[in-house]
Amino acid sequence: MKTYAMRTLAILSLLALAPVSVHAAGGHGLDLEPMEVRLQDTRSLQNGAKIFVNYCLSCHSAKYQRYNRMAEDLQIPADLVEQEMLVGDAKIGDPMTTTMPKDKAAEWFGVAPPDLTLVARLRGADWLYNYFKGFYVDETTVSGWNNTVFPNVAMPHVLAEWQGRQRAVFGQDDHGNPVFERFEQETEGAMDAHEFDHAMQDLTNYLVYMGEPARLKRVRYGMWVMLFLFAFGALAYLLKKEYWRDVDVSH
Amino acid sequence: MTDEPVDHKRRRLLTIATSGVGAVGAAALVVPFAGSMVPSEKAKAAGAPVKVDISNLESGQQLTVEWRGKPVWIIRRSKEVLDFLPSMDGQLVDPGSEMAQQPDYARNELRSIREEVVVLVGICTHLGCSPKYRPEFAATAEAAFLCACHGSRFDLAGRVYKNVPAPKNLEVPPHVYTSDTEILIGSDSEAA
Amino acid sequence: MSFNEWFNKRFPADKMMREHLTEYFAPKNFNFWYFFGSLALMVLVLQIVTGVLLAMNYKPDAELAFASVEYIMRDVWGGWFVRYMHSTGASFFFIVIYLHMFRGLLYGSYKNPRELVWIFGMVIYIAMMATAFFGYLLPWGQMSYWGAQVIVNLFETLPIIGGALSEWIRGDYVISDITLNRFYAFHYLIPFILVALVVLHIIALHETGSNNPDGVEIKKGPKGNRWSKDAPADGIPFHPYYTVKDLLGVVVFLVFFFAVVFFFPEMGGYFIEAPNFEPANPLKTPEHIAPVWYFTPYYAILRAVPSFAGTQVWGVLAMGAAIVLFFFLPWLDRSPVKSVRYKGPSTKVFLAIFVVTFLVLGWLGTEAPSVELTAMAQFLTVVYFLFFLLMPCYSGTGDNLGFSGFLLFVIGLLMSLGLFYLLWGETPDLSTAMKWFYTLVTIAILFFLGVKPGWIRADAIKPVPERVTG
Repeated sequence: MKTYAMRTLAILSLLALAPVSVHAAGGHGLDLEPMEVRLQDTRSLQNGAKIFVNYCLSCHSAKYQRYNRMAEDLQIPADLVEQEMLVGDAKIGDPMTTTMPKDKAAEWFGVAPPDLTLVARLRGADWLYNYFKGFYVDETTVSGWNNTVFPNVAMPHVLAEWQGRQRAVFGQDDHGNPVFERFEQETEGAMDAHEFDHAMQDLTNYLVYMGEPARLKRVRYGMWVMLFLFAFGALAYLLKKEYWRDVDVSH
Repeated sequence: MTDEPVDHKRRRLLTIATSGVGAVGAAALVVPFAGSMVPSEKAKAAGAPVKVDISNLESGQQLTVEWRGKPVWIIRRSKEVLDFLPSMDGQLVDPGSEMAQQPDYARNELRSIREEVVVLVGICTHLGCSPKYRPEFAATAEAAFLCACHGSRFDLAGRVYKNVPAPKNLEVPPHVYTSDTEILIGSDSEAA
Repeated sequence: MSFNEWFNKRFPADKMMREHLTEYFAPKNFNFWYFFGSLALMVLVLQIVTGVLLAMNYKPDAELAFASVEYIMRDVWGGWFVRYMHSTGASFFFIVIYLHMFRGLLYGSYKNPRELVWIFGMVIYIAMMATAFFGYLLPWGQMSYWGAQVIVNLFETLPIIGGALSEWIRGDYVISDITLNRFYAFHYLIPFILVALVVLHIIALHETGSNNPDGVEIKKGPKGNRWSKDAPADGIPFHPYYTVKDLLGVVVFLVFFFAVVFFFPEMGGYFIEAPNFEPANPLKTPEHIAPVWYFTPYYAILRAVPSFAGTQVWGVLAMGAAIVLFFFLPWLDRSPVKSVRYKGPSTKVFLAIFVVTFLVLGWLGTEAPSVELTAMAQFLTVVYFLFFLLMPCYSGTGDNLGFSGFLLFVIGLLMSLGLFYLLWGETPDLSTAMKWFYTLVTIAILFFLGVKPGWIRADAIKPVPERVTG
């Protein structure tokens, strides 16, 4: 009868997993180039933080993230943060708010730039990475820019200086709808493609960190908890066996 | 039914070991649970050190700032008051500041870094009311501070009188002069 | 007089301890499926403890709620741990309860004399769903908001009172700050009602005694064991034997539980959904909304039923019926035996089909609808109902069907005809092969699990042993 229960369980767990794998297989319309998130790479996170504060924070806020938490988690010296990174008259213990008034921003860009603290948890790392690399010149839009991942995005290409200007080449699918094929570089930027990829990986890395600062810690704690539970489980097993010697289960 | 004798020693040992390890696990679980109630980063940021400009503080004047939600007084004492204070020693509970109510650098006769400027947490050591500053009695035995709640009295160095409910001198918060005219309250060093 | 004596003269602590632990004799043959009762109790306690801690930092205000959750995740020391325990705990609570209920189905734990144990359990299940629903609004993310919007709008479909009722629930014309405030109050209140219901559930259980995988009543068997000469021979004291066994179960459970808490708190979007990382926006619906996984089987049933006669109330009624039918299991099951071990092949087959149906409906509820998936959901909805409606047929002895059993068969038949009409008349885009497949499987179920054991030949049960087996 034991085997019967185990077999039932095995079948049930397989069935339970089935929808997960199906879910994972179903993707979005566009194939995203995957990016490996490396939260142990402090230098990458530091560089990402620098890019974020210098280029993103002027319009976007990260109002749930405090400067001093970033400084501590990413091992950036506090005085460096105070001298180089604080926006407006913020103090180091303050959250990363922006000085740009929300209604003005909405007036300038058409939409208010969203808060970015949780953007990585909302969109995922791959989406962000591809989005950062997906800006292309498009004269038909208000800003003059468009994006393969986020069509008709209101934001212009802030890092065009680094990446240079690129154009998107579209083909057609069976129904005659445009399908993105590849980029063509129009002008060179300050970085080559490889350097730019790395910079965008650092930025994405940082955004993933910022979405959940506790993630740096939780996996580490998790290991200890698992170790403890295995040790405790061994003892509990011995205890159960010892007591159940009294019980004649075979009948 | 098995009738083999029970090994009570082994059973007790395993029970104790399992209970012990289980208790350790439960205690470890209580740490984040109880720990979630300590002051949060928001509370800490709101309680961060406060910079105060004292260039306009005149003799006898009191300046109140908020630090960690508590009133902190900065008072410039006149020459008259400074001369008067030592004469009060006999009527005070702790004239020599023996109790740990101040940082070491303020553990002196006048309980201050600079003689003329005193920095005090304006909370009565009895039950937490905020005493009233009475400049007119600054250099008299009537006491410069009177707590309206239960009548405790303190002199202009924050020292408590005898025969009042409050047991200790007013607290001197950690503070440091960052310049001639600026005090940083809540920190012992300039770097904070 | 010792303190112990003094105390026990005034409060029956020792007596209760004996009645419910040290001298509560449970069958000795509990297997894997019997871990989930104590696990559910433990998860309930964990949910209450973590919930109270979260309540200390959470703000039930539309302007502040989202930010206060992030405050807990970042600024409160250990707050992320408490929050992940609570969010993971909600899902694990349902996993444990579903397995606990499945145990009841397997071994006929709902049958006479344990009907009240089952009914109290079902009330607990509904109270849990209410708690989970109210709680899911609290983070005030997009999924919270629109999920609550959709569910509250279900009530709007009820005739005459619907509009007033849904406004009364919300306290507003849409989900708003006012709704959030009251949902928070309910979310805090119901768990304590749950505790009271659990007490009733356990008192009822200990009055009748526990069932077991053989479905044999140990109280009716021989008496006398090494602990007591009056106790059932096949019973063992709950404490220490099942306490130490359940402790082992707790540790194994915690391995899975903490693995999710520490390594996969979002569980691939099933426990915490990505759109919930965006604050609620009443002007913008996320592209695809789905309830949390533990509601999705019922959500799939809701969506599967088309509107008819100008109202969509039928889907709501079907969803309600899908839950309410569980209450009637003790009377739907006409089998002379309790445990699946001795029931006939029809019962075994249909129980397996039902489990698969429930899981697939759960998956369908998370997916965006399409022609194929909607047809599948309609087919599975009918199978789901046939499991209950045909139960008097396939579980009975052939002569105890009665008028009620016949009536339920007719309702099942009408539902099947409705399915055929939808498949052949209203779903032109579905491939003919799938139409035939669904039709033939439904007819096969009606014949082999309805007509055959109900009228032609009773389902072959196996003889039940006198005593429990290993």
